[in-house]
Amino acid sequence: MGISGPAEDAADVAIIGAGVVGLAIARRFVLEGARVLLLEKEPDILAGASKGNSAILHTGFDAPPGSLEHACMQAGYAEYSEIRAALNLPLLETGAMLVAWTEAEEEALAAIEATALANGITDVSRLRPEAVRAREPNLSPHARAALLIPGEHIIDPWSAPLAYALQALANGARILRNAKVTAGRFDGACWRLSTPAGEVQARNVINCAGLYGDLVDAALRGHSDFTIRPRKGEFVVFDKAAASLLGTIILPVPGERTKGVVLAPTIFGNILVGPTAEDQEDRARADTRTETLRALRARAAEILPALADIQVTATYAGLRPATERKEYRIITDPARNWITVGGIRSTGLTAALGIARHAYGLYEGLGHRHIPIPEPATPRVPNLAEHLPRDWQNPGYGQIICHCELVTSREIEAALAGPLPAADLGGLRRRTRAAMGRCQGFNCLARLAAVTGRRLAVPLAPGPAA
Amino acid sequence: MTSATPPPASDVDILVIGAGPAGLAAATVLAAGGLRRVIVLERETAPGGVPRHCGHSPFGMREFRRLISGAEYARRLADAATRAGAVILLRTTAIALGPGGILSAASPDGMLRFTAKRIVLATGVRESPRATRLVGGDRPLGVMNTGALQAFAYLERLAPFRRPVIVGTELIALSAILACRHIGARPAALIEANPGPSVPRPLAAFPRLFGIPVHYNTEISEIQGGARVERVTLRRRDGVTRTLACDGVVFTAGWVPEASLAHAAGLAFDSDGRCSDPAICAAGNLLPPLKTAGRSWCTGRRLAASILRDLAK
Ligand SMILES: Cc1cc2nc3c(=O)[nH]c(=O)nc-3n(C[C@H](O)[C@H](O)[C@H](O)COP(=O)(O)OP(=O)(O)OC[C@H]3O[C@@H](n4cnc5c(N)ncnc54)[C@H](O)[C@@H]3O)c2cc1C
Ligand SMILES: Cc1cc2nc3c(=O)[nH]c(=O)nc-3n(C[C@H](O)[C@H](O)[C@H](O)COP(=O)(O)OP(=O)(O)OC[C@H]3O[C@@H](n4cnc5c(N)ncnc54)[C@H](O)[C@@H]3O)c2cc1C
Repeated sequence: MGISGPAEDAADVAIIGAGVVGLAIARRFVLEGARVLLLEKEPDILAGASKGNSAILHTGFDAPPGSLEHACMQAGYAEYSEIRAALNLPLLETGAMLVAWTEAEEEALAAIEATALANGITDVSRLRPEAVRAREPNLSPHARAALLIPGEHIIDPWSAPLAYALQALANGARILRNAKVTAGRFDGACWRLSTPAGEVQARNVINCAGLYGDLVDAALRGHSDFTIRPRKGEFVVFDKAAASLLGTIILPVPGERTKGVVLAPTIFGNILVGPTAEDQEDRARADTRTETLRALRARAAEILPALADIQVTATYAGLRPATERKEYRIITDPARNWITVGGIRSTGLTAALGIARHAYGLYEGLGHRHIPIPEPATPRVPNLAEHLPRDWQNPGYGQIICHCELVTSREIEAALAGPLPAADLGGLRRRTRAAMGRCQGFNCLARLAAVTGRRLAVPLAPGPAA
Repeated sequence: MTSATPPPASDVDILVIGAGPAGLAAATVLAAGGLRRVIVLERETAPGGVPRHCGHSPFGMREFRRLISGAEYARRLADAATRAGAVILLRTTAIALGPGGILSAASPDGMLRFTAKRIVLATGVRESPRATRLVGGDRPLGVMNTGALQAFAYLERLAPFRRPVIVGTELIALSAILACRHIGARPAALIEANPGPSVPRPLAAFPRLFGIPVHYNTEISEIQGGARVERVTLRRRDGVTRTLACDGVVFTAGWVPEASLAHAAGLAFDSDGRCSDPAICAAGNLLPPLKTAGRSWCTGRRLAASILRDLAK
């Protein structure tokens, strides 16, 4: 050891973690010409914090001015807007109203507006109650005032990172799943990382392990500069019958620790309410509680009274990789060819592309240079947004398997094939929306089990009928 | 992607949405009554509706004067409609209703557009899933409704679990028990929120005959598990909780009409299946209250007879 240099096939960078951040970084580094190896511990990508979020593309209007978070959000927002047509990524241009329901909240609007202006979001405006009602007539009449932020939009939280992954793959990245990095050695030039998929070599490592970022730093660097404190956010999703009730994201006046409970359209045609903010020890368990879900549903009906009569389609929870501080924890360790991208708590979907540019800048700062790919391949992801054409509208789709979300057998086969096939039901749902509609599998679960068979890591049916 | 020009509209006399007992009964009567273009749209790959995945008896007493399985019953109903002259289009999903008898549908051959003198909605009913009931906990595999369990057992011959908990004691819970037996699964318990069973006396003894414990005044407060269900937390009305090991949860009943087509068009039906648009009517379990297959079949026939009278005017 020590004498032999890096193996011929050593990657320039190994990225640990296939959340939205790791995937965006993989894409950026590949486009810049680096040889990238991405390692994910779970059977499929997006298994951690990136599995469940509010799906808002934030302007960054309320981010701390001058923060890295703010810079990455604005860069991420800009790049998403720029590349989305080429990658077939949807955008629902809803705008948001930050609504004040109390006198104290009304007073807080001025400071929020000032922050927005300081952040360069100059198209915000104050709305009087009549204007709030004119824009959203179904909203509770108790709104006292609002701040309109026209640039806040809704995206598909899963097709975006999937597109980053597919573009990275199409341009030469390798993604290994079921490849948890458990240990590593650095010999001054090259890292040797141990995974169940074998030992891999890379000159540099970027830790994007999300909820496990501190543990990976501790295991491989010997210490971590931060501690992850998972903060759970639960959500309730209403039936598509609610879609016509609301066109704008309704934000609350934020509290100390989070952005608060939001009411928002989804790109799939539902309305969601959430997230809560619950600190917990467990890094893996994104479970829900009946009382919390009931409270969320009740809160939603306070904001939008007609929701009281709308059925709930789904409930879920996501875990924020929060740390002791609000700011991102992006750390370079030049002596070890190491970059940690940690604590991307509640804005990572928006900021990922910007974080990726920032990380590449840090990497260049370590003295690395590559030649960018002149004409990168840009694979298009299937559209799942409700307001844009879907697969079932084109002949030859085989049959519709999931009736509520109109998912075709052609879409399911495509999701089970290709360079990054769905590995479990969650992955299949995120790639196709199968079983995510109002019947939650009443109609299609058995057919899905038969169609997917042994192709999923955990088959829907463990065995044949006895 | 999709062409901007809408597909050509087919003119038909009657369009029935849904080839379950109600839709097939209506189609049979309407075709036999002399209407020539009676089209039934069915989104599944086979006609019959819910009885298709009811592997158990008894079906057919009212309609065929003999006891047959759900699957056999479904076949006979479809045969009767076809023999009367109705055409069943499978793999064809009604997408949106327009005013005055217009309907768009998706098929693997492309989008279809129909104009009909009358549209009969017979899209049936489903059970409410876990999410609608706001049951918390983890999200492992093995949680489903009876309808899905039946499809696993009788249509796909697959076992999604071996030892599930069944929630509810309406008649359909007995169907869930039968489907479990069919795949060799042994239910761990029956859970009922009420103090007593929701079925009449003789049937209430049924679970115990199979040795399945029944817990009244009890709800599932949480489902736990990693990849698959591992246990549930049960909470009794007096607040006492305990966990029960199991590998699945079957939520039975909690009936929800499959009414999204009508809702999206802003239509609501009265108990006779009529709404503000005279071209559109409904039959079967799309209309509450819940009915058996035989009674759903009757409502289809009755509605068809009244449509024939209307059109003869
Ligand atoms: C409730 C909620 C609402 C949110 N709403 C929004 C929003 O509206 N807009 C927005 O922009 N952002 C939002 N976010 C934030 C966003 O979802 C996160 O910032 C983002 O998902 C973080 O991504 P990540 O890649 O850093 O982490 P993760 O998604 O957790 O990815 C880390 C990956 O690393 C893997 N991993 C861990 N350890 C190892 C190991 N040892 N070896 C290999 N792999 C490993 C994990 O399995 C995981 O896949 C929200 C978040 C939550 C929870
Ligand atoms: C799980 C379950 C088990 C049951 N078990 C029994 C039992 O054992 N005995 C009994 O008597 N009753 C049972 N029932 C009651 C059942 O609803 C009736 O037996 C009967 O099937 C109702 O007939 P229907 O025609 O109204 O609806 P269904 O039988 O439900 O038929 C509706 C049909 O419409 C189709 N459809 C729906 N939407 C569309 C669309 N947009 N485009 C095209 N096609 C569409 C569906 O695919 C389906 O085939 C059960 C119900 C359920 C949900």
